[in-house]
Amino acid sequence: MSAETQLTANPMHAMRRSTMQGDELFALCNRFAANGGRLVSLWATERQAGAELEYVLSVALQDAGGMQVVEVFLDSAQPEYPDLSGIFLAADRLQRAAFDLAGVRAIGGGERRWLRHAAWPADAFPLRHAPMPAPGESSDDYPFVRVAGDGVHEIPVGPVHAGIIEPGHFRFSVVGEKVLRLEERLGYVHKGIEKRFESLTLEQGVKLAARISGDSAVAFSWAYCMAVEQVANCLPPRRALWLRALFLERERLANHLGDLGALGNDAGFAFGLSQFSRLKEDLLRMNARAFGGRYLFDAVVPGGVAVDLAPMDVPDLMMEMDTLGGEVALLHGIYDNHAGVQDRFVGAGELRPELATRLGIIGLAGRGSGQNWDLRCDLPQAPYDELGANRVIRTQGDVAARVGVRFDEALESIRLCKRLLADLPEGPISAPVIKATDGASGYGHVEGWRGPVFVALTAATGNRIARCHPHDPSWHNWPALEHAVIGNIVPDFPLINKSFNLTYSGHDL
Amino acid sequence: MLRVLKQIAHVGLLSEPLPAPNDDLRVGEALQAEISRVFARAVNIRHVDAGSCNGCELEIHALENPYYNLQGAGIKFVASPRHADLLLVTGPVSRHMVEALRRTYAATPDPKRVVAVGDCGACGGIFGESYASAGAVANVIPVDVVVSGCPPTPTALLQGILAAIRS
Repeated sequence: MSAETQLTANPMHAMRRSTMQGDELFALCNRFAANGGRLVSLWATERQAGAELEYVLSVALQDAGGMQVVEVFLDSAQPEYPDLSGIFLAADRLQRAAFDLAGVRAIGGGERRWLRHAAWPADAFPLRHAPMPAPGESSDDYPFVRVAGDGVHEIPVGPVHAGIIEPGHFRFSVVGEKVLRLEERLGYVHKGIEKRFESLTLEQGVKLAARISGDSAVAFSWAYCMAVEQVANCLPPRRALWLRALFLERERLANHLGDLGALGNDAGFAFGLSQFSRLKEDLLRMNARAFGGRYLFDAVVPGGVAVDLAPMDVPDLMMEMDTLGGEVALLHGIYDNHAGVQDRFVGAGELRPELATRLGIIGLAGRGSGQNWDLRCDLPQAPYDELGANRVIRTQGDVAARVGVRFDEALESIRLCKRLLADLPEGPISAPVIKATDGASGYGHVEGWRGPVFVALTAATGNRIARCHPHDPSWHNWPALEHAVIGNIVPDFPLINKSFNLTYSGHDL
Repeated sequence: MLRVLKQIAHVGLLSEPLPAPNDDLRVGEALQAEISRVFARAVNIRHVDAGSCNGCELEIHALENPYYNLQGAGIKFVASPRHADLLLVTGPVSRHMVEALRRTYAATPDPKRVVAVGDCGACGGIFGESYASAGAVANVIPVDVVVSGCPPTPTALLQGILAAIRS
């Protein structure tokens, strides 16, 4: 191992970077997995090094000691590295995506394409410097795994789904109503986000980061800004960090409220949808009033935040949280005591902790299956180091557990919002981002409502973006959904799917 | 059950009156009187996410909350394009969704209207046109009304939908 560097003065960031060989990486990943560490993300880059092109595989890992990024320089003529999917299940699709976009291959890894369908030729790689050929067809054949046997048939669903949902394809192999196997095919909303970043400046990039997955605008824009602030050596003022946390917790609340309503509805309890969608709308309207936007899309910017909180709005926001806390507690009681709802929730889409650990699932769905990861507690960055967020864990791993996590996290977010409002520091809301170091890399990680989002960024000359790789926790949890539905009946799939509520856009990029 | 009824009574009716249609959003040919007469205001909408970041979807969902109460106005979302009078399409249209969008459009019976939603649906937005993005919805299927915004508010969406179907 060489070139170990500490990237930030803030020990809380605890991000280390190192360079090694492919076989060393394989051994390191094995050690990490054996000690309870997890894969954060995996991505590949083509770099211009003088007259030569070089290929770099980057792998981010996390354990109790913090996060680290490992870079492996690959052979330029034949950019390959050892397959990591036997160690970390989520690596399979990430490796296939890295091949689709940058043309670097995992030796012995899955060969089926993942993000590429047919929009560009099989031998063209969008993240390389060579110009892309004209776009081609938009649909192709995908070799799904077939399930054979008496009475087995397939139900293809999507990409256009029957509700107001993002597009993707689900292939169910069923006997009667029972699901034997679900296979996902994603990539339909791949719109070239990583390539698009490379045409933007560090300042412009935040607008795109906020639109990686619209429901996680604050989480992604904060993670992006954290990376920018590292490459530009900028420390946002205290008030800005507290406001970012307020925005993040309000984003978590909005999504949890929306999901709790939708989950009630999917269990046949329309009352739940009307109640929670009303509470969500109230929250969004308060966002619009206090922060100038219902979804806080462009509220977080490099160096701080773009909107301040007027002192006159603080009492109203405080009262809003008190009212909301009472309403959520009341509705929690109604859900818990409703036999029809509980009959649908309990035991549906069960993912036991042992399997969850093996699958490496994280975030909110992981915490429903006894997986402890929560960046707000594991690697608390300002202001979470002062706030002391409480981790919410359930171990049953079913829809009821994921609903329970949402209820408790919503109440915890309300508590955090009240604390943030009560002790909001005075002072400026942004610091100037003057100049990034050419070629410097920065990393951001934020516990969004769905789970930990991660952004890796490398700066180019003139405050431009050389490479930006955003990563959503859905990469880890989509494969887990395939396991959670096995043995369930097809009509329970929408409920189970909603209980995970994974992103398509944030995954397809 | 008693608690449910108490909560319903406690919350009361929240629905707000519909906004007026905004004809400025219309970009297509002048509405055919016949289509408008047939649609009246009972309209079935098929939503198609053709590549959105999911932000527009959040606001389309909001149309169904008690405040905007779209269903109360006789307008509802349906599960199949074959049941739809109007396609509500969010973009940018990713190249991988071009074929699916074209087929959805073809499966929608005539007469039909198309509302392109969001800055991305209008012009490709921040994603633009690229190897992976075909940009505006109008680059792929004919569009009657465009509702810009990132994301457009539920009120703007309602104004656009009403502009597309008003008699």
